[in-house]
Amino acid sequence: MSKLLVWYGELTTRRSLLERGALFLIPGMLWLVFFIVLPGLVLVGVSLATRGSYGQLEWQFTLESYKRLAGFSLFGWTADYLTILWRSVVVAFFTTLISVILSYPLCFFIAARPARSRYLWLTLVIIPFWTNMVIRTYAWFLILAPELPFARLAAYFGFIAEGAPLYPNAFAVYIGMVSMFLPFVALPLYASVERLDWTLVEAANDLYAGRTRVFTQAILPQTLPGLSVGIVLTFVPAMGMFVVPDLLGGAKYMLVGNLIQQQFGTSRDWPFGAAVSMALMVLTMISLQLYRRRSKEIAYV
Amino acid sequence: MRRTHPLIAAIALLTMGFLYLPLLGVAVFSVNAARRGVVWQGFTLDWYLKLLDNEWILAAAWNTLVLAVVSTLVATVLGTILAIGMDRFPWSKRSATGLDILLHIPVVIPDIILAAALVVAFGLLRLLSSIFEPGLFNMIIGHITFQIAFVALVVRSRLVAIGREVEEAARDLFADNWYLLRRVMLPLLLPGIVAGGMLAFTLSLDDFVISFFTAGPESQTLPLYIFAAVRRGVTPQIHALSTLVLLITIILVVATERLTRKG
Repeated sequence: MSKLLVWYGELTTRRSLLERGALFLIPGMLWLVFFIVLPGLVLVGVSLATRGSYGQLEWQFTLESYKRLAGFSLFGWTADYLTILWRSVVVAFFTTLISVILSYPLCFFIAARPARSRYLWLTLVIIPFWTNMVIRTYAWFLILAPELPFARLAAYFGFIAEGAPLYPNAFAVYIGMVSMFLPFVALPLYASVERLDWTLVEAANDLYAGRTRVFTQAILPQTLPGLSVGIVLTFVPAMGMFVVPDLLGGAKYMLVGNLIQQQFGTSRDWPFGAAVSMALMVLTMISLQLYRRRSKEIAYV
Repeated sequence: MRRTHPLIAAIALLTMGFLYLPLLGVAVFSVNAARRGVVWQGFTLDWYLKLLDNEWILAAAWNTLVLAVVSTLVATVLGTILAIGMDRFPWSKRSATGLDILLHIPVVIPDIILAAALVVAFGLLRLLSSIFEPGLFNMIIGHITFQIAFVALVVRSRLVAIGREVEEAARDLFADNWYLLRRVMLPLLLPGIVAGGMLAFTLSLDDFVISFFTAGPESQTLPLYIFAAVRRGVTPQIHALSTLVLLITIILVVATERLTRKG
């Protein structure tokens, strides 16, 4: 017999309370377990299975897919897949960096608007955030078309052939990625910039701090909470992005997202696709771990 | 009001231009009479009217709507119940943390991993029942899976915000469980539930990756249609379609803003 307790005005026992709570939890939790946890475990299992000659699965334990990912094949070692993984990290890193650099001026600009138009500006940043990424990528197809000034300018300087569009290439991927993820940095950063304590900035100025020191010692620490959320929101999905590189990057500029999609699509090699997904998962975990450690350090400061 | 340095203002405006130039470009050329290319040949709404004759696009629009509405309804109900279950009962610290991690998985992992996991899971479930063939049913399940987490997080923050005083008062006045839930909690929670539902709906319209991996030949959605069409080249009709989707997004965003700012 468990002890009676009063729980927010209700005379009950801990046991009956938890039983009632479980009723609330079960539907949603069952769903999440059934469609996230179990599929995740199956994915791990599939990455250790063998691909049959027709693309079917054979439940024969092997590390073949991981070996292939690491570059070992029948014909010796190649860095092809590792290059793709590394490139994804690099693209995600620079996408995040450029987005951060562009977000600061944008946030300071919006924060300095009068209260009425501030919401309008903010809404203007929120709209691309919510616009379907296929449409936003598609829009770049039009802007980078051969007839428009951008492609012509590039052709004039000899970067691309006369009459060619400005895609597919690395430049187009970066353009697409930054425009895709910039709002992901700008919105959380703005929340911090809006609350900025300007007296600290003024104090720094009074004490003859240069522009760089004002930024690194008076502004950066105050905006770090929003900035770190923005960085995670950008870096993690940017690593797995496949629409932008698929449309704007072409076959030569593959990222890990394209590699995964290819295995589940045309190649029909689920074990390898699952192994690449695991690699992306590990990269995600590492970045989240770094973020958590950093944010703890920040909390102590 | 603080002044902004002209250089900062210039960079900010250029950045906004960078975000909007492509979208404006698509909107402008969607009302251009030219069939091909980017030369201006006069204003027309023909491309929008032609959309109505295109059976594929109408079917895709219908699928997109069915997918968004059904998944949002299910996810909002499940997510709300889940949020109440997580916030209002004395769970031990360990189980609370476990639940919290489980809830955050679909929010933090790249969507392509969730998509890959769903592909293999549906592949195995297909051995049990043909209902799991790629198609709208699978897409709805996929969308609900990531929507639940977002709805639950939004509703839970509302639960924390409204506090427990009113519920305690209702208990003191002899409200039973059912009355408390229906007449006290749900009305107070409603703004949070609506906001969560709107978020889920927008997320569904916004999704491409999960749909792309789980769709079948009969279940094209508008983003899938546009993605396939881009490979065949850009056309004024796709401009018009994209502009329409953009307009719907703008309406949704503005409506959600209004709702959440009041609530």
